[in-house]
Amino acid sequence: MTVKTKEVVQLEPLVDVSHLIEPPAIEIDSGPIKMRAEGLRVDYGKFQALKDVTVQLPEKRITAIIGPSGCGKSTFLKALNRMVELVPDTQVGGQVWIDGQPIYSDQIDLAALRMAIGYIFQRPNPFPASIYDNVAYGPRIRRRHTRAELDQIVETMLKQAALWNDVKDKLRQSAHNLSGGQQQRLCIARSLAVTPHVLLMDEPCSALDPISSQKIEDLISELKEKLTVVIVTHNMQQASRVSDYTGFFLAEHTGDPGELVEFGATSHIFTSPKDKRTEDFITGRFG
Amino acid sequence: MTEDSRAVEISNVANVTMHGGAHAWRRRRESVIYALLVLLSLIPILTTFGIIYVLFSQAFAFFMEVPIMEFLMGTKWSPLLIPRSFGVLPLLVGTLLVTVAGMFIAVPVGLGSAIFLSEYASPRARRWLKPLIEILAGIPTVVYGYLALLFITPIIRSIFPQANAFNALSAAIAVGIMIVPMIASLSEDALAAVPSSLREAAYALGANKYEVITKVVVPTASSGIAASFVLGISRAIGETMIVTLAAGATPNLTLNPLESIQTVTAFIVQISLGETPWGSLAYKTIFATGALLFVLTMLMNLLAVRITKSKGRF
Amino acid sequence: MNANLSAGQSSTRKVKDRLFQALCIGAIIFSLGALAGLLLDVVISGLPSLSWHFFTNFASRFPEKAGIKAAIYGTLWMMSLTASFCIPIGIATAIYLEEYAGDSRLARIIKLNIANLAGVPSIVYGFLGLAIFVRMLQFDRSVLSGALTMALLVMPIVIVSAQEAIRAVPLSLREGSYALGATRWQTTRRVVLPAAVSGIATGVILALSRAIGETAPLIMIGALTFIAFVPDGPMAPFTALPIQIFNWISRPQAGFHDIAAAAVLVLLLFIFIMNAAASILRHRYDRRWQD
Repeated sequence: MTVKTKEVVQLEPLVDVSHLIEPPAIEIDSGPIKMRAEGLRVDYGKFQALKDVTVQLPEKRITAIIGPSGCGKSTFLKALNRMVELVPDTQVGGQVWIDGQPIYSDQIDLAALRMAIGYIFQRPNPFPASIYDNVAYGPRIRRRHTRAELDQIVETMLKQAALWNDVKDKLRQSAHNLSGGQQQRLCIARSLAVTPHVLLMDEPCSALDPISSQKIEDLISELKEKLTVVIVTHNMQQASRVSDYTGFFLAEHTGDPGELVEFGATSHIFTSPKDKRTEDFITGRFG
Repeated sequence: MTEDSRAVEISNVANVTMHGGAHAWRRRRESVIYALLVLLSLIPILTTFGIIYVLFSQAFAFFMEVPIMEFLMGTKWSPLLIPRSFGVLPLLVGTLLVTVAGMFIAVPVGLGSAIFLSEYASPRARRWLKPLIEILAGIPTVVYGYLALLFITPIIRSIFPQANAFNALSAAIAVGIMIVPMIASLSEDALAAVPSSLREAAYALGANKYEVITKVVVPTASSGIAASFVLGISRAIGETMIVTLAAGATPNLTLNPLESIQTVTAFIVQISLGETPWGSLAYKTIFATGALLFVLTMLMNLLAVRITKSKGRF
Repeated sequence: MNANLSAGQSSTRKVKDRLFQALCIGAIIFSLGALAGLLLDVVISGLPSLSWHFFTNFASRFPEKAGIKAAIYGTLWMMSLTASFCIPIGIATAIYLEEYAGDSRLARIIKLNIANLAGVPSIVYGFLGLAIFVRMLQFDRSVLSGALTMALLVMPIVIVSAQEAIRAVPLSLREGSYALGATRWQTTRRVVLPAAVSGIATGVILALSRAIGETAPLIMIGALTFIAFVPDGPMAPFTALPIQIFNWISRPQAGFHDIAAAAVLVLLLFIFIMNAAASILRHRYDRRWQD
């Protein structure tokens, strides 16, 4: 399903928006919608974590999810490929569609869903195996491959993840010997190897130093040409630098469910948010 | 995205497909594996039922021939010689004698070792001592039987010349030594779990180490320590090889540890070694005594669980 | 009045403190002394009998001619069969409990069962082996009956240690695998088990080192003591090291006691090697998740 929407998008993302005069916005076509959530609600046992989220995620764009801790942004991300169900006692309401197909349905093969929608975690979590085996993991669990095929996949994916030059001579070494930033790029390569359409990233740079973070950000920008990216981030600058769209989540008080307060083009959210609470958050008044 | 896609490039053409034949075999394999795992996991349950069924069905057959009260209350045990007599008390008292005497060694030595390891030993000493205690725990009981008969008994007989060549005391000492590592390691776990803030609070009030240990640490860990004693008793009751080798095969109703006695377990071994035909009354006798042994140890184990759950006074 | 720091504790308090420490040290010295005394006695009595013939001879009526060939082969046969039963079943149960069952009723019943079985005296398993394997299934007094009985006996050890090893695998690895579209079994087999393998191996070795010295259940199922041949298959009658030791100790002649000590030495050597292997593995595995 492709839904055309008109959106206001600014061509160049800004680094520090608060001091700038609002630039002239240009109306462009945002392209088709890849994923869509409607009335999404998540309960962990008795605790409601997420309330009534309705949103559309444009294809081959980067959408940032921002908000204070405990606002349900990670929960939202995990709900997009049903990873949220790994938590015992979780109840999900509402629906999420990818390419027009509902994902909360008995017809869905969870494994296939998660191959279509990859997930990058806060802390890099390479398997305790070689670099090669980490990247080859996804292809191997799908079907048998010849040696040559696997070699080619591993090389391509490591190149896509901008890691090939770092590791091409030590593919057989343990992934745990890599630095944190390299590990995270390896995890991205590992995800790319199952050819996902969407990549969900949960604060992928929060455990990394600034230089490694920069590399990951560059990588995310490149990935946009091929996939739809949704990135949860704590870092306002990062959101404004890398994303095309931004959603602001907030749980009004501790214990309240998180909800989507505002969604729109990143330039708009950061320069002229419609909601007072968004403005307060972006200008650093809380959070 | 299709299953047999050869493309190594990140796919950016097709729409997502998430159902259909390609994944069906995976789901089938998952359910086959799940069924297999459940099936294998039932084996522990079957083992328990098997033990209970085997013991109690044969014991029931035994009690069809021998009244249960005669078995439990009788004071003469002579299942093989005519006139037969099936009073289990001599065996039970024999087991009790060895267990109690064994605990007289195991409790002070085990608890003392635990207190030393947890309160006095330096981390370095602990690193050396704990593996040694574990070695003691890993020695097979037949080796402790060797120790009892060929090492302890000669010493006992040099001190008490009237002692029998097979006697309860020697077995009890070996049983006690065998249980020491169990009590030491379980009690040490309990002692180590006592928060150091409690110790510090007691020191701050001017208590010395002895007072801290006996008035604060040990009482706080009391439920764990008591549970270790009960488990030790359970082990002693079920111990077989030491008593078979060293305590003798004479079902005497006596509390004199220097005499030859027979325990419940030693009787079972005695019959198993002989040529008693399957299905005979004598054979059923070992199942009746086995059932008794099972019930006794189970009661002790349940008691230990109960004590552990009670969590002491703090 | 000034604080008096020099008078300190009363002398009785000091004496009690010292005495108590001495008692605790005495306790640990007693434990270690028992270990040392036992080993010393076994070495002194047994070492002279440890000759090449001792390993290549069968049992005999004359202690100087008797050897442990049949017992060694029987023990090795039984251990390998025991391992091949208890490893797959124990690991499967641990996987089911940790990765599949959650907090289901069945899982709780199985866990309760395992805890209870761990406290059952080993001789009770002998009844089970005798009635089920020897009589009902007609495996007779074979290596197979012995191995099956031993496998059930040490199963709780294997299961509990495998559970612990599986539980120690970080959740993030499982999530990483699920996020790549792996199924539960693929995640278990390709991520969880490889990460837990050294912990599981430690538990298996400890379980086998327990099984190798168990005597009572073997006596109950009727392992023989006087065997002048090597088992030629799982259905062959057999003897084992602890049975042979038991038999020699219970004979009146001192000559047999010495070769019993020699056999004890061999048995303890097996057990120490296994324990050392287990502790090396455990050491490696403890460090594994620290970084």
